[in-house]
Amino acid sequence: MASLPEQAVRPRPRTQAPKARTRWAELVEPYLYLAPSLALLAIFTFYPIVRSIYLSLFLTDPLGRPRVFVGLEHYANTLSSTFLQSMGVTLLFVFYTVPVGLLLGLALALLAHQPLRGTRLFQLIFSSPLAVSAAIGSTIWVMLLNPVSGILNYLLGYVGIGRVHWLTDPRWALPAVGMVSIWLRLGFNFVLMLSALQNVPEELLEAAVVDGAGFWAKTRHITLPMISPTLFFAAVVGVIHAFQVFAEIDIMTSGGPSNATNTVVYRIYQVAFRQYEFGAASAQAILLFIVMVILTYLQFRLGERRVHYQ
Amino acid sequence: MSVRNPLGRLLLYLLLTAAALVIVFPLLYAVSISLMPPAEVNTFPPRFIPSSLRWANYAEVARTVPVARYLLNSLVVSAAVTLGQIATASLSGYAFAFMHFRGRAALFALFMSTMMVPWEVTLIPNYLTIRSLRLLNSYPGLILPFLATAFGTFLLRQFFMQVPRELEDAARIDGCGRFRFFWSVALPLARPGLLTLGAYTFLSTWNQYLWPLLVTNTRLMRTVQIGVRFLMNEEGMQYHRIMAGAVLCLVPALLILLWGQRYLVRGMMAGGIKG
Repeated sequence: MASLPEQAVRPRPRTQAPKARTRWAELVEPYLYLAPSLALLAIFTFYPIVRSIYLSLFLTDPLGRPRVFVGLEHYANTLSSTFLQSMGVTLLFVFYTVPVGLLLGLALALLAHQPLRGTRLFQLIFSSPLAVSAAIGSTIWVMLLNPVSGILNYLLGYVGIGRVHWLTDPRWALPAVGMVSIWLRLGFNFVLMLSALQNVPEELLEAAVVDGAGFWAKTRHITLPMISPTLFFAAVVGVIHAFQVFAEIDIMTSGGPSNATNTVVYRIYQVAFRQYEFGAASAQAILLFIVMVILTYLQFRLGERRVHYQ
Repeated sequence: MSVRNPLGRLLLYLLLTAAALVIVFPLLYAVSISLMPPAEVNTFPPRFIPSSLRWANYAEVARTVPVARYLLNSLVVSAAVTLGQIATASLSGYAFAFMHFRGRAALFALFMSTMMVPWEVTLIPNYLTIRSLRLLNSYPGLILPFLATAFGTFLLRQFFMQVPRELEDAARIDGCGRFRFFWSVALPLARPGLLTLGAYTFLSTWNQYLWPLLVTNTRLMRTVQIGVRFLMNEEGMQYHRIMAGAVLCLVPALLILLWGQRYLVRGMMAGGIKG
């Protein structure tokens, strides 16, 4: 599936010169093919980007109409407000979920990739969270995490851990939501890593065995370097995804207790659709975008060096 | 490899089974609770398996909340978005792969750059647009903003690039029109791409949360995901009914996953699906 970039830019010269009659049609036709996508993207992607930037410079009325030009005031307010606390919560959430999620996905993929009878069944089970939406998964976990009747506290009681108020204790709420998020995301990470493992050339591994390499040596010196582009991709996408977490927060904690799970996206939602301050919320959305771009750039700068491409 | 010796193999099976149990436990437990007589749900110590299967929980939840309507709403929206995206993306993907026109490189770059923009940036203006078109609480309001994506265009372009150009030259010499070639030759050849995009789009639309939460506020227009959220308010702590509703909403997505898993795997490697 490697892309063919040269072909994209320079198509082959046509074998027949177009007749004059069809010339006009040929000139217009490509744009007709592009028109539906272009029109929809213009209305629902290009225009909103510009509109967001514009709105972020205004005080808006509750209907979202710009009323008073305030320049960069929203940005200044945002940077000195609880927005920074939300950014801290978001970064902590990324830190809790992304590395653990990657490692678990990789471990499961390594386990399920072994040539054993019945691995197909395990592969299906490991990818099953892929079909569980964040809303339904969170609903199920609200029940599992109930401090009194929930099964998790009951099981932890066996190992002598007392009752934890998972979603109402400010110390535990973010890790608890993170745990659910890791579970929800596990199917994606697993499927991604498994397909990368399946692309590692068999001959390389066999050659290593002939040279006397054991499981760990093979994994460390062949498998991991070979799948490092996928690991890198999973890390970048994982960070972006963690930054955008919403349904889990809304269903399990609504940003509480005492803002312990109030991530940036949840905050933008509250400012825009609870307080109807569309201008301020737009400024926050754009700041979020800038932070995401910077983080992705840093990941590329730091990560690319360690990634081995074929 | 350690798989050859019996002890290693046993250990591997133990690990696989333990991991599978932990991962699938929440789902199995939800199914189990959904079938429990109400008296067994909050007992201590908790029960894992119902003493008898109470299918009435499903009938009760379907009576108190319009679950069938939620499922229908999600199905209509997901199907429409999926078909729409396949239509718009195959046309534009084909144009970028096969046609030569002024400004192609620039337009393609413009398309690709939107893949970097997070959805939050477009959220507020899109909400205002849909509201000013008076499309809140309507199918078009749920569908329209997702009918075209740069990602779909890119993914299908990748598949069209694999269609040999000689095929087009030959067809054209035989007098086959542009659109006919697209429709009856290129499109069937790009079928795996259409299925990949279809499976991915259907699942991600089915699982949408924030957008339907914003644009629907009437009971009958809720999608499955929003319905499940309000089930908790409507049913209080009646977990047996909440779980019956959750399981009903889970089944269609599980079926789609069973059918589309291999296409998803391929698509992930092909285009790098966005989270």
